Amino acid sequence: MSEITKQSLTELVENIKNKKLSSTDVTKAFIDRSEKSEELNAYITNDFTSALEKAKKFDQKPNLDSKLPGIPMAVKDLFCTKDIKTTAGSKILNNFVPTYESTVTENIWNEGAILLGKLNCDEFAMGSSNETSFFGNVQSPIDRNLVPGGSSGGSASAVAGQLTPITIGTDTGGSIRQPASFTGIVGLKPTYGSCSRYGIVAFASSLDQAGPMAQNVKDCALLHEVISSYDPKDSTSIDFKRNHYSKELTNNIKGKKIGIPKEYRVDGMPKEIEDLWQKGIQYVKDCGAETIDISLPNTSYALPTYYIVAPAEASSNLARYDGVKYGFRAKGENLIDMYEKTRSEGFGAEVQRRIMIGTYVLSSGYYDAYYLKAQKVRKLIKNDFDEAYKKVDAILTPSTPSSAFKIGEKTNDPVSMYLNDIFTVPVNLAGLPGISIPAGHDSKGYPLGLQIIGKAFDEQNILNIAYAMEEKINFKNKITDWWIK
Amino acid sequence: MSIDLKTIKHISKLSRISVDEQRAKKLAGDLNSIFDFIEKLNELKTDNVEPLTSIAETTLKLRSDEVKSKNIREQIIKNSPQDNEDYFVVPKVIE
Repeated sequence: MSEITKQSLTELVENIKNKKLSSTDVTKAFIDRSEKSEELNAYITNDFTSALEKAKKFDQKPNLDSKLPGIPMAVKDLFCTKDIKTTAGSKILNNFVPTYESTVTENIWNEGAILLGKLNCDEFAMGSSNETSFFGNVQSPIDRNLVPGGSSGGSASAVAGQLTPITIGTDTGGSIRQPASFTGIVGLKPTYGSCSRYGIVAFASSLDQAGPMAQNVKDCALLHEVISSYDPKDSTSIDFKRNHYSKELTNNIKGKKIGIPKEYRVDGMPKEIEDLWQKGIQYVKDCGAETIDISLPNTSYALPTYYIVAPAEASSNLARYDGVKYGFRAKGENLIDMYEKTRSEGFGAEVQRRIMIGTYVLSSGYYDAYYLKAQKVRKLIKNDFDEAYKKVDAILTPSTPSSAFKIGEKTNDPVSMYLNDIFTVPVNLAGLPGISIPAGHDSKGYPLGLQIIGKAFDEQNILNIAYAMEEKINFKNKITDWWIK
Repeated sequence: MSIDLKTIKHISKLSRISVDEQRAKKLAGDLNSIFDFIEKLNELKTDNVEPLTSIAETTLKLRSDEVKSKNIREQIIKNSPQDNEDYFVVPKVIE
């Protein structure tokens, strides 16, 4: 048997079910490695002591029929966890201890998993490099001083660095797929309405979705099966027939039609990304699928649309942080002064910037020119996909326009930071599922990902395509343990 | 289009985020470069396009109007920065 922390979720579940490993063995191993990995700064809060107690309790009376029997895992600190501090990476929530549990984490614990701790992320999930967190930036296990991507940067770093076998992140414009791509792991952004948003700290409510991040496609499918559920507590949760994603997983994708959108070839995109894409096209053909050139003509309008819609929704959602009901409060001379100082001292620069953009585009006299315009363009972007899906079953694109960049490289230029999400944002705007799988390395040895976009509710199909491609790609992540002394 | 300091002060007031002079200047620069980028949308003619207001094209489910959470005052107050056990406390608003 290989070292515990190197095992996939599927292997760990099997070994626990066959009593070759106990939950205590597994939990101890991931805690040990997490403790040695402080330099990655992947955790905001750990819950190691109670994790071990829970593991021991599980071993005394193991329920081996559950899907995640005694499996330890850490989650992004955007999910409310009952009685455990939940910060969203922000100073303004630094003392917030939820009195309730998010539905997706509840689903996970109901299947036997054990919480290891809460993972670092960009403040309120606003960022593409995990540099906006109040708790400091996260290091990538791929290389020193390299960003892990964002906003689920702590999650990506923790899975790639083997601090947790699996995790969940959230994806508003690429926050699962981009960090997955940067760190050589698999990340799925489900269809809007597939996973409940109840108990997730809100960023942009019409775009936010929770999703699984894992070392491979099979693990990702299993975790997705656990977290996806209809939830009356989220009015946008959708009651549709969900698959047994892991059981129904197949590498048979013969005859599938896969669209290749020409608009995803952008100016200044490194040749390595184009080459990777071509390789991907060859892989799906080798699997017996057919590729078809398609057009998504409004692709270049997706990012400007996103930077109206997302900040507008964020400015409304974040109005609740007023220093009254929970969170940080600054001293003020009167009520208004208290609000203004609390929000000025409690929010970081990027969050303030987005609240201001959102407030401006919703303000009197500008609403039609910006917000209404963006909603109309969003419709055009969705129409593009609807049109494409008359001809194809799924769409293959690169996940990001480049590999991971250095810490500090893009912090002074918000627009160049935003451009990172150029291939992932259209998927959120159209409410579709998308998965990023590791597909190769660039000349520096950094991972590169490919994205498969599906029809709404067609997660099984994109998981299958990803599964078939994964077998052909045979990607090996280069983790040197550079951070372990 | 250009966002000047006066506009920044106005947005700052609407968002209830106080900003000093230096921060306001930085924000004006950032917002101008972001809005330059957003202006790209004006290339598109959208007069006859219906705005997308809901991404999930389903009808909302109805449920019976029942109280599910009772007697949770303590839980609700628990995280407040200042309370007197029964209420949220804010700076005095009436002289």
